[in-house]
Amino acid sequence: MDAAELERIKAGYLGRAGALTELLKGLGKLPPDERRKAGGLINGAKDRIEAALDSRRAAIANAALEGRLAEEAIDVTLPGRGRSLGGIHPVIRSWRRIEAIFGSIGFDVADGPEIENDWYNFTALNNPENHPARSMQDTFYVDIRDSAGLNLLLRTHTSPMQVRYARQHKPPIRVIAPGRTYRVDSDATHSPMFHQVEGLWIDEQISFADLKGVYTDFLRRFFESDDLQVRFRPSFFPFTEPSAEIDMMFTSGPNKGRWLEISGAGQVHPSVIRNYGLDPERYIGFAFGSGLERLTMLRYGIDDLRLFFDGDLRFLRQFA
Amino acid sequence: MQFSENWLRQWVNPSLSTEALAHLLTMSGLEVEGYVPVAPPFSGVVVAQVLTVDKHPNADRLSVCSVDIGAGTPLSIVCGAPNVAAGMKVPCAVVGARLPGDSPERPFEIKAAKMRGVESQGMLCSARELGLSGDHMGLLALSVEATVGQDVREVLALNDMVFTIKLTPNRADCLSVLGIAREVAALTGTKLLSPQIETVPAGSDVTFPVTLSAPAGCGRFAGRVIRGVDASASTPAWMKQCLERAGQRPISALVDVTNYVMLELGQPLHVYDMSKLQGGIEVRFGRKGEQLKLLNEQTVVVDESVLCITDASGPIGLAGIMGGDTTKAETGSRDIFLESAFFHPAAIAGRARRFNFTSDASHRFERGVDFDNNIRGIERATRLILEICGGDAGPVVDRMAQLPARNAVRMRVARAQKIIGVAISADDMAGIFARLGLSYKREVVGNNEVIVVSPPSWRFDIEIEEDLIEEVARVYGFDRIPALPPSAPAVMHALPEGRRSMHEMRDRMVTSGYQEVINFSFAEEAWETHFAGNAEPIRLLNPIASQQSVMRSTLIGSLVANVRYNLSRKLDRIRVFEIARVFMRDAVAKDGEMALAGVRQPTYIAAMAYGSATDEQWGDPSRPVDFFDIKGDIEALLSPKSVKCERAPHPALHPGRSARVVVDGLAVGWVGELHPRWQQAYELPLAPVLFELDADLLLVRSLPDYHDVSKFPPVVRDMAVVVAENLAVDTLFQALQERRPAVVQDIRLFDVYRGKGIAPGEKSLAFRIVMQDTAKTLTDQDADSAMALLSQILIDRFGAKLRS
Repeated sequence: MDAAELERIKAGYLGRAGALTELLKGLGKLPPDERRKAGGLINGAKDRIEAALDSRRAAIANAALEGRLAEEAIDVTLPGRGRSLGGIHPVIRSWRRIEAIFGSIGFDVADGPEIENDWYNFTALNNPENHPARSMQDTFYVDIRDSAGLNLLLRTHTSPMQVRYARQHKPPIRVIAPGRTYRVDSDATHSPMFHQVEGLWIDEQISFADLKGVYTDFLRRFFESDDLQVRFRPSFFPFTEPSAEIDMMFTSGPNKGRWLEISGAGQVHPSVIRNYGLDPERYIGFAFGSGLERLTMLRYGIDDLRLFFDGDLRFLRQFA
Repeated sequence: MQFSENWLRQWVNPSLSTEALAHLLTMSGLEVEGYVPVAPPFSGVVVAQVLTVDKHPNADRLSVCSVDIGAGTPLSIVCGAPNVAAGMKVPCAVVGARLPGDSPERPFEIKAAKMRGVESQGMLCSARELGLSGDHMGLLALSVEATVGQDVREVLALNDMVFTIKLTPNRADCLSVLGIAREVAALTGTKLLSPQIETVPAGSDVTFPVTLSAPAGCGRFAGRVIRGVDASASTPAWMKQCLERAGQRPISALVDVTNYVMLELGQPLHVYDMSKLQGGIEVRFGRKGEQLKLLNEQTVVVDESVLCITDASGPIGLAGIMGGDTTKAETGSRDIFLESAFFHPAAIAGRARRFNFTSDASHRFERGVDFDNNIRGIERATRLILEICGGDAGPVVDRMAQLPARNAVRMRVARAQKIIGVAISADDMAGIFARLGLSYKREVVGNNEVIVVSPPSWRFDIEIEEDLIEEVARVYGFDRIPALPPSAPAVMHALPEGRRSMHEMRDRMVTSGYQEVINFSFAEEAWETHFAGNAEPIRLLNPIASQQSVMRSTLIGSLVANVRYNLSRKLDRIRVFEIARVFMRDAVAKDGEMALAGVRQPTYIAAMAYGSATDEQWGDPSRPVDFFDIKGDIEALLSPKSVKCERAPHPALHPGRSARVVVDGLAVGWVGELHPRWQQAYELPLAPVLFELDADLLLVRSLPDYHDVSKFPPVVRDMAVVVAENLAVDTLFQALQERRPAVVQDIRLFDVYRGKGIAPGEKSLAFRIVMQDTAKTLTDQDADSAMALLSQILIDRFGAKLRS
């Protein structure tokens, strides 16, 4: 029985010419006392019919809904309609984490030119022409000359940003400058282009002990390991003194127990502070420069530097 | 710097293990890159003298030897070496000896054995069998003076390590065994055992004239004539061993002596054949065009910046760098002239590099050689030459021109404490200087203690206060300086709300499905021509490869390469983006806080999409990515700003499918399909679609601009019009936007139709118009009149026909 048939049946009783309607019409012809009794009976029958109809109607509607629901069922295990996400490059992933970690203690982030001049890349950093320290970094030069007649170059480190930033800001200076750097070197462990992050904190009382505190804390946050061992050992950079090479050692994992070079750092050399336009008698502080690729490789256990620059999606997607 | 541990311990012998010594050096700034044993472990090998050699009865190539190992009865040993002979002394591995095997865990044990029926009580050894070298041509012949029965490890001093130290350029004073010994003595408080170097008395009064004409170049020059040497004499074994363990190949007695003294005392020396010198020696700067052939056979042309050793014939050597070929001492030389000079670092620095080589001498002189050590050097070398080659030495003539200043340097104790961050006492600081052999005096100025240090002749790195602070920190020990969390005023800082970071753009690109890549900033020159129409890219003067010879002014070429790379690895849907600086010449660019004259280096964001519009999936029909997908990605990237595309040609792009991207009236970049020419040239089966925008122009973000939300219901009407095919939809939109009645809130294009019912050369556009008033409910009449106004604009301006 469907809804239409039910309505036809309803009409047969309750419609204009329905059986009960006819009985009701005939009520007037009955004597008054019978009329009341008959009326009660008829109305009682009518109520029961209405109730039976309602119940039947609900049953029919329910059956219809059940049928529709069964029909509309889908295979929920089919994959979602593809709207795949891309991903951030692993080196940039580290870059962002480093910004966040240093940002948490108030470091600003700065970015600057990659084609640099000799003054910012070397001289301002206390590394004059012909100094043996220059041969520590093999420099790419380009065919444009600066006002001193020297060829412009691709910055060999992010350290020029120390000078550029400090000349525009007043102490206290707290800044990191991540970015691309370039050296004439290409083999399994060197890429002619790579990334560094420079860090600089200049104020009236920022000591080597503070450098040790900040950088050790950074490494433990970056590698999320409080047991990470960190050591500072004396080294030489023209733009810092005392200078340190920073090594770290994992206490677990595949690199466990080996000292790994991770960064160069030191107290900024007074000549460099002067080149910031500041008085080294009043302002002191530290700088560091770390390789982003190296940090990233150690963080994720990547063993081949070249993977970062091949653009191989099978590699890159693993860092989505 | 490479040297053997035994050599060092002859000079200073602290009671430290090899490992502890290496750690000490590393932690004081002389980084030990490694130390390796000179020989693998072996035992039971002694000096044996071969007494008799008899032919093996059963084998042609074997001998049966009787050898004396100092143990009474001679041993009988079968030997296959061709050079075995009675009387020679050789290493003998006795029964029970353990020789180096395939690996340290598996030594090779010697047992008594019968060889072809003859008993052999051990084995006579070649150098290879002891792991000393690859030489297995025969037995290792030991010195005839070796004591029979003595352990070969002692005889050959094999219990030794070769140290390799990576020296920083400031520590030239450690480029010798003396220098490292001096450092170890200071760090450990152990006595420095300097060997006595006695003056060799002159046996003749023969001298050779030397003139110093460049005092700023050559500060000091000691010379000595030695006549009648036998330059063909062989270098003693002990010296060869020292040289070999220091990484120097023994060459001839005279060369070996100079190398030995250089390694021992740090003083480079040079030997001339006197018979080849013409007139006297003059040390002067070169003259333009002069040239000479060097010991390494290279011919160099010098100029006024290059310090030269000259004689009457012209330059005969690059001072402090390398001697010349014409005057070199050879094994036939009889009379020699020995040079022991000091050259100023500034006169040597960078010169060898200019000629594309380096030498041990230039490495030392450009960093600084002790200017008060040349006499010790020449006396030491003279004695060794006389011992090895004989001869008759003349007097030393030591000429001095101009020596480096050694000004006293003042260090304020309080300043040192402030910079290091530790309150090291003045006494401890003074103690450190004393151990380093730096003479000092202490002063008190007001309340401040000052230590005044007079730097010694061997230190070229002590000129300012910080140089001394560094010495204090280094010797005090970086390990002992605490790692303090610094305190600073807690000042808040945040990126202005009206700016967004590059990282936010990255996130939007990731959301649109793009993978970030990082490509080299240098590119192939052809990429610049193809993808930027740039005939004058910035060129590298020293590229590492021709395909990386120019600085890219566009990221497109690199992205094409990324697509090709991944296609060849069977990926067929590729979405990549890169954010990086690009580089172009710019004649009007000036030097500035973050800029350099002559060059512009903005940061670009570029993306490329290749393959189907969506990832392979079951839910939607697949179709190739097209212009409008990428335009949508740009819109998503820049939202809520609106993006305009103006049709314009670009060298990289399909001329009919390329557009300039305009935001806020500013051209910010390009979008389009790769030009079919490049699609073909770069062998791409499908056309990639790409965009490249100047990211620096996209960092401004407008703050939200709040309007009342209407309480009255919106009215939505559709309108379809037929216009000419070549009419750009954007112009039509613009006209509607400019003149729309205030109640029109939004106009959206929801269909573009060509085909049945529409004449060729025309297209039908369907718009959905949303109308709403903030003050009242719109009536049908209000809506009708607004719609009529909009359609009238299209009819009047574009000749549009309304479709019913």
